[in-house]
Amino acid sequence: MPEANEQKGLIRRFLEMPADSVSKTVIVAVVLCLVASMVVSAAAVALRPVQEENKLRDKRVNILQVAGVYDPSVPVNEAFAAFEPHVLDLSTGEFTDQFDIETFDQLAASGDPAIVRALDEDPAGLGGTMQVYRMVYLLRDDQGGIDKVILPIEGYGLWSTLYGFIALEENGNDIFGLQFYQQGETPGLGAEVDNPRWKALWNGKKLFTEDGKLAITVAKSPPPEGTDFYVDALAGATLTSRGVDNLVRFWMGEAGYGTFLERLKAGEVD
Amino acid sequence: MAQTYRSQLIDPLVDNNPITLQVLGICSALAVTSSMQVAFVMALAVTLVTAFSSMFISMLRNQIPSSIRIIVQMVIIASLVIVVDQLLKAYAYEISKTLSVFVGLIITNCIVMGRAEAFAMKNPPIASFIDGIGNGLGYGLLLMVVSVFRELFGSGSLFGITILPTVNNGGWYVPNGLLLLPPSAFFVIGLIIWGIRTWKPGQVEEREYKIQTVEAH
Repeated sequence: MPEANEQKGLIRRFLEMPADSVSKTVIVAVVLCLVASMVVSAAAVALRPVQEENKLRDKRVNILQVAGVYDPSVPVNEAFAAFEPHVLDLSTGEFTDQFDIETFDQLAASGDPAIVRALDEDPAGLGGTMQVYRMVYLLRDDQGGIDKVILPIEGYGLWSTLYGFIALEENGNDIFGLQFYQQGETPGLGAEVDNPRWKALWNGKKLFTEDGKLAITVAKSPPPEGTDFYVDALAGATLTSRGVDNLVRFWMGEAGYGTFLERLKAGEVD
Repeated sequence: MAQTYRSQLIDPLVDNNPITLQVLGICSALAVTSSMQVAFVMALAVTLVTAFSSMFISMLRNQIPSSIRIIVQMVIIASLVIVVDQLLKAYAYEISKTLSVFVGLIITNCIVMGRAEAFAMKNPPIASFIDGIGNGLGYGLLLMVVSVFRELFGSGSLFGITILPTVNNGGWYVPNGLLLLPPSAFFVIGLIIWGIRTWKPGQVEEREYKIQTVEAH
């Protein structure tokens, strides 16, 4: 009866439609998708600031840890204020101010063509391209001279790309520490790159011999240059160790931070 | 109602456990049980998603056209999973880093879909909600049992607290690396299923075929 139908509300009429009719199927599908997409996007938008904050905090904690100044009782952002971020141009080894420090990370994450270069050789397994501008951090001593530099490094291990930082002393040759903040290597074997005892092996090692040859090696036995350049490989994780060896040698070499390290050694960076 | 709320909560723990009896949700049980903390968060997330998706699906059950009912269930489950994932990223960042893809994979966890299709489509919302909680707890209980074995003998710790100091850290215990790899959960779950079915022979499935005796000539 049409009259009776009109007296009922729109929702009531909808509920009374047979569940299997075509129009009801379409309406249910459309309404459900709309509601679900609104719930999902509301959650994503509302929680985004907290999530970004977490990511930043995590990265900062890693930088503090690799520089050996992490203290859980001090608020991360306060401790991090001691670090000086710079965008480094890898080809010249000089700091550049053509990018905004605040937004550089997003630019780098999006793989912007302005900061990425194709690689002919890719020993670190970076997928054929590398960033030629990198965000690096300086830690200064009380007199305002450089105490440590923290450089981001990454490369492929066995299963995953390892992302991390290496902290070098002001002479651009002595390693203070190395730490990965993201990796997906085999638990118990390759994932031991996170073991504090293994990470401690890096402290005090040297990158270059006296005649400037890159000698740092992760291997099962020391290289001919001596144990100053030798980090014992992880037991049972040959391929992860080889990946770490490749990526450290790549980033410390000419294609990576080589030019910058030359300048650091010569005392030209301030 | 044939079942009381109480039995709905308790039955899935052993008598009708989604993993050992229904053999659902094995995939994620392999992936996340190498450490107790991760397994705990996963169990919590699955319990919440199962309970709420069952409840919402049950509320809509008389309106869902049967031709698109699986898609409707998937949309509801997927939305809830994304919300849980976002919440973890915001409030439990460290854990969300280890869980990474597995939270997203709750969508494909057979327990969630299984309960929606088998229970929530035919029962009222509150009963469905409790059924979801019960099955989530059953899943969680098994996850915790498996991860006790895997974490204790694989890394020498429980909830990250060292129980057996490992050789890598200067102790005496040589950890069993196999237990850290997903396949080991197959062995552990298999042994648990064997144990439960020996204890409760009623759970043993009937053979689908019968070996014929050869007639003597």
